Amino acid sequence: MEQKPFAITLNPASSLANHTGNWRTMRPIYVDHLPPCNQACPAGENIQGWLYEAEEGKYEQAWRKIMEDNPFPAIHGRVCYHPCETACNRGQLDEAVSIHAVERFLGDYAIEQGWQMEPGVATGKRVLVVGAGPSGLSAAYHLARLGHAVTIYEAGPKPGGMMRFGIPQYRLPRNILDAEIARIVAMGVAIQLNQKVENLETAIKEGGFDAVFLAIGAHLSKRVDIPGRDAGRMIDALGFLKGMDGEVAPKIGRRVAVYGGGNTAIDAARTAKRLGAEETILIYRRDREHMPAHDFEVEEALEEGVLTRWLNMIRQVDETTLTVEEMKLDEQGRPQPTGQFETLEADTVILAVGQEVDTGFLAQVPGLEISSDGVIQVDPSMMTGRSGVFAGGDMVPAERTVTVATGHGKKAARHIDAYLRGCDYVKSPPNAVATYDRLNTWYYTDADKSRQPYLDLARRRASFEEVVGGLDKDTALLEARRCLSCGNCFECDTCYGVCPDNAIIKLGPGQRYEVNYDYCKGCGLCAEECPCGAIDMVKEVR
Amino acid sequence: MSYQRVKFYQTGTFTVGNRLLDESDRTVQAGMDRTNSLDSGHRACQGCGEALGARYALDAVMRATHRQMVAVNATGCLEVFSSPYPESAWQIPWLHSLFGNAPAVASGVAAALRAKGKTDIRVIAQGGDGATVDIGFGCLSGMFERNDDVLYVCYDNEAYMNTGVQRSGSTPPRAWTNTTQAVGTDPGNPMGVGKNLPRIAMAHGIPYVATASVADLHDLEAKVTKSMAIRGARYIHIHVPCPLGWKSDPAHTIKVARLAVESGLFPLFEAEGGHVTDRTRIRNKVPVERYLELQGRFNHLLHPRDESALGAIQAMADANINLYQLLSSEA
Repeated sequence: MEQKPFAITLNPASSLANHTGNWRTMRPIYVDHLPPCNQACPAGENIQGWLYEAEEGKYEQAWRKIMEDNPFPAIHGRVCYHPCETACNRGQLDEAVSIHAVERFLGDYAIEQGWQMEPGVATGKRVLVVGAGPSGLSAAYHLARLGHAVTIYEAGPKPGGMMRFGIPQYRLPRNILDAEIARIVAMGVAIQLNQKVENLETAIKEGGFDAVFLAIGAHLSKRVDIPGRDAGRMIDALGFLKGMDGEVAPKIGRRVAVYGGGNTAIDAARTAKRLGAEETILIYRRDREHMPAHDFEVEEALEEGVLTRWLNMIRQVDETTLTVEEMKLDEQGRPQPTGQFETLEADTVILAVGQEVDTGFLAQVPGLEISSDGVIQVDPSMMTGRSGVFAGGDMVPAERTVTVATGHGKKAARHIDAYLRGCDYVKSPPNAVATYDRLNTWYYTDADKSRQPYLDLARRRASFEEVVGGLDKDTALLEARRCLSCGNCFECDTCYGVCPDNAIIKLGPGQRYEVNYDYCKGCGLCAEECPCGAIDMVKEVR
Repeated sequence: MSYQRVKFYQTGTFTVGNRLLDESDRTVQAGMDRTNSLDSGHRACQGCGEALGARYALDAVMRATHRQMVAVNATGCLEVFSSPYPESAWQIPWLHSLFGNAPAVASGVAAALRAKGKTDIRVIAQGGDGATVDIGFGCLSGMFERNDDVLYVCYDNEAYMNTGVQRSGSTPPRAWTNTTQAVGTDPGNPMGVGKNLPRIAMAHGIPYVATASVADLHDLEAKVTKSMAIRGARYIHIHVPCPLGWKSDPAHTIKVARLAVESGLFPLFEAEGGHVTDRTRIRNKVPVERYLELQGRFNHLLHPRDESALGAIQAMADANINLYQLLSSEA
């Protein structure tokens, strides 16, 4: 035994010999929770994930992360009604992150930079997609990425579906639409235009297809029974909007009445205004609160001088006038007649009262089920009653938006891929939702939302120039940095910093952290202070 | 505040780290190479604010001095839980003598280093509020008066915790301790007693005095770093919640400290040569009750409500806000 000083019996030692981890009754664990934006996205985007990349200015990585789920960032950044922002936790702190504006920036930047996507390794399988709208194109894109050879039969003269024939140019410039479709075509997806499928079974047989995705949309305008409907000029909104893509703009009168309360009605009214109608009046049988159209679009229409008549029902249309009856809402919010009539001047009436699916070509398909309201029934894998034939978009029961359709395309593609490989596609169960109460918002700086520029009113009324402008590189970066990263570690080092026991091990950039359970006493400071709620305390089991 | 905050939003304005900043510009605590002056295995309670504050301060000193420093420790929790014979949790040169003489020992260490011409090695003295405000106060005042080249750091947990939560000269009004029980007409620590050591230090006219909190790491590190660029006697008073003595949830240590700052009860400021030169603004002002309600030592003020005591404590916070201009945007 070595000689020690007087009264010293033990060698000096480190506190590391003292494993304080055995004090622990609760144990911190790192978790990934589902951010509410991701949960709300109909296209299933990992929004928090791509904002994380964008925050660092890694725009290409951010864009590629969007592209894993959605081939149309530039389009969605413009026309999606962003349920993600409604769900955004930041909305409870100050204002929701302007997710769509960042997405649009990334989409536009990708077009500018000419970024492309590569198809997957060829599987030798052939898939027919019927309809080149958002759903069909999305399915084709994802199928191509999975290595399948895709052919799209499109009945119309141009691809895009409702994105081209339903959404006006001032909301979605056609060069953007064309660029994002061209990228899919560049991956080897063949689009055959003016190719209406008359008989599906014949088309499958002749083309030698292994699977089919139906996405023809809902292009037939619904009709309403108005006496004297042949009088004056009555046109349907879809035909009117579709005509805008032709050589000659549709002819309308000086006083235009638009009948309906959905987004199509708003689009038609704003388009009529731009075509030079002196007066455009929106007639809807319920009130503004009950309009299916999105409020900001109603607001933009009002700004542009569109007039409105809520609680009016058109009863008769004559040469230059129409008769409306005033309505009142009953307790269920349904309009009831009051017997009060009024005559308005209008030389054109545009009907925007809903759309239906043209299911004629499916009549001969065995097993396919069409419900009474004209939509196609599909199972949870988007497959119809006919094996190998899937359907999505506006022709199946769902909300009819570009984003829902795009999401259907992705979902169907994954199931078609599984079908072609002879297995089932099983989606991993989603994580628990990262709710606002899990956040420690003290750590987030107050940061105002970045505003997108608006075209001035005079030009909005007279031209089809895009109304809402995009963010530039700098503002997009700041906006991305407003993301709270709900439920997902953003490597802020707070857990690593606040542990009084140095029991958090920092693993380095991109590697996150580990708990050193030899020393973690289970105080819970890391979980309490974690800004984004990515640490849970769970009961210690010994 | 003594430094410019950079707006980084969620990526790290107030968080410990910031992946967008260059490594050298990040907080000391964010670094994978931080000293961990007080290492794992120490026997402080779960969620100890003092253990955290000590590592924050000493790691920052280690960076500021390029690891050329020695620390002198007074008796107290920090000494007891870090060095039960024969173990030590210290990864820095560290010296312990008595409860009351840490400032004097530090003065001696500084004198010895000066005599040996090793003025690049800096001296830190540290202790809890008991050692600082009460027991070692005479030595501390002497160290200030002589303007010895020592940074004294007080970790203020507002009572003698190591010996079983007895009142100190830093215990706040109305707080329960084992020697100020929540009984009688004016339960808890009496109103109007105790010392404000940062103000007393300022009265010595020493070069630098600052208050800091474990709730604001950026602020704390900036102050420690700034103090190490100054020669002479310096004093930093760090607010460190004690879950044991304050009867608070160990997980709430930083939250409690933050509410002390945000309510105005613990003002963050800097003083040079006896004059207040800067303060850290309150980000979101809260009533003092939000701070008090997380601590069992104030239970008797809220169940049932003692309006006069609550009013008096709120008045203290408001006086601080007024005195240090904690809400206004101009210094």
